[in-house]
Amino acid sequence: MSDTTILQRRFNPDRDARPWQGGSRPYDLIKEVTICFLVVTVLVVGLAFLFGSPDDKAISIQTWATANQIDFAQTSISELNGTSGTATYGPPYNNFVGSSQSLGPISLESWIGVHIPVNPAQDFVLGPLSTVANAPNVTRALDVFNAATPSQQLAWETNYATAVSHASSVNGHLVVPRGAYGPIGVMIGQLTAMAKSGALDSAMVDQSGFYGTNYTKSLLYIADSTYFAAQGTAHHLSGDQWGMMNETGNFPGQAWLWLYTFWYQVPPFSTSANADIQVSALMGLLSLLLLLVPFIPGLRSIPRWTRVYRFIWKDYYRSQG
Amino acid sequence: MTLSFLAALINLDKPGVFLHWGVIQISLANVIVIGLMVAVFLLAIFIPFDRKSRRR
Amino acid sequence: MSTTKDQTVLDQEEAELARQWTGRIRRLLVDALPPDKLLPDRQPSYLSSWIYIFGALTIGGLALVILTGTVLALEGPQWWHVSSIGLFVNSMHLWSVEFFFFFMVIHLWGKFFMAAWRGNRQLTWMTGVVTFFFSIGAGFTGYVSQTNFDSQWIATQAKDGINATGAGAFVNALNFGQMLMWHIVLLPAAVVALTGLHILMVRHKGIVTPIEVNGTEVPHQGTQSESDPS
Repeated sequence: MSDTTILQRRFNPDRDARPWQGGSRPYDLIKEVTICFLVVTVLVVGLAFLFGSPDDKAISIQTWATANQIDFAQTSISELNGTSGTATYGPPYNNFVGSSQSLGPISLESWIGVHIPVNPAQDFVLGPLSTVANAPNVTRALDVFNAATPSQQLAWETNYATAVSHASSVNGHLVVPRGAYGPIGVMIGQLTAMAKSGALDSAMVDQSGFYGTNYTKSLLYIADSTYFAAQGTAHHLSGDQWGMMNETGNFPGQAWLWLYTFWYQVPPFSTSANADIQVSALMGLLSLLLLLVPFIPGLRSIPRWTRVYRFIWKDYYRSQG
Repeated sequence: MTLSFLAALINLDKPGVFLHWGVIQISLANVIVIGLMVAVFLLAIFIPFDRKSRRR
Repeated sequence: MSTTKDQTVLDQEEAELARQWTGRIRRLLVDALPPDKLLPDRQPSYLSSWIYIFGALTIGGLALVILTGTVLALEGPQWWHVSSIGLFVNSMHLWSVEFFFFFMVIHLWGKFFMAAWRGNRQLTWMTGVVTFFFSIGAGFTGYVSQTNFDSQWIATQAKDGINATGAGAFVNALNFGQMLMWHIVLLPAAVVALTGLHILMVRHKGIVTPIEVNGTEVPHQGTQSESDPS
């Protein structure tokens, strides 16, 4: 194919490469690729034999409520009274105002809005309770609660939240100090029993009939608990422990996320309410820079400045004299 | 047929070992991986690449 | 003795090919990647360093990730929790991912210090970087598909970063079904396609020549690529 327009421009060693006019040698591409594949296979099989892989059992609502029913009850009242992490999250789950992150005036989170509706009071507490059969005390409690005015409900919720902060576990039973919390004691007590029996786990998932593959609600519920957070911290997986890079146990994790998690550890991000969007934007920018290195003067000169290439092509440079 | 030979020889499921240096906290496992990456890179560029046939 | 075609017939066939979509695409592909460029049997003599094998090692890692992932897919996402063979295959899948990234990063470092984007190879560099990012996404969706505590933790933590960008409305880390399908269908397809494109670009442009500080003027705009080592 002949070329018609050939312009000349000044050679830039960071952008241009001379055509090769020198010699060549025989080279078996397929053999090299095959050997590389075999080498990697041996390494992988070897390490799989040596170290295996981690498999810490998932935490269900049942395991959580059984392990720490007080924490379960405390989390549940915060879901009912709208103070939990999920209830105050805002988009994409609900319209709570004040939690969305922004970069200056731009809040994509708010603009895009609610696409995964989650109403914790209804989805985590009232809904599952309404499915309980053959428990007239629960039905009565629910009727009383639903018939009450919003301010009465709030008063009961507030009093229960105060009381349950002094709750105890006696012979496996949740014991909450008495207080003016109306039907809520029965409601949360029943909810705790449901949780310990495993009934809540399926209630959370089977939101659209029989099959369920979407664990949004149960995961949000579990993640609101102190119990779950403590598990994460115990495994050194928390954000302030550089957890993003880590794996459970002594397994290597995701070392390539080092820079992403690094920003969260230093000011201003470490104390920023908008840390997530700020770090995402910064990493997005750095990723763009990496992508566009070939076009960025200075950045694309680093290979020439650092002279590491002198080792890679030492035979060639030696032959050039 | 027992498949117990497939179980891991070295149990890494124990509490992780972490190194602390200022604000940096990193698992020993990750340090080893990163260290190996740097070492292998340096070896790759410094170890002579002898070709059996140097025909032109 | 063979009969040769009449020149007019040849001209007609040529014109027909030039009109056809098939003919034009085939000509484009064959011109860009003739067989001896696609599968060369020679390499330039300046290729004399172990750093050059890391691309192939990365592909080896990727092949193993896909092979082990295929075995896991055969039995479904819960198999490895209840089977020793399943756990072993899962271990192989984990370690092949570690090696995939291990070799890819070294390959990236090598290509950076070689300034391998030179000589109109910007797209080769860029497809490599994009593949890196898609691979991270594939790894992330894999982690949240494990159906164990790790999945739960990673999903509930990562959701905050994803939600902050607004993408959380569409990419729901807590939706196991969605994450699993991204992990076994969408992202592997993307990674394989991008890797394929990256490799074809390397074959098309050839391996970049050593950095020269005192080069001559270079042809620019629509010239033959500086690619033929043989």
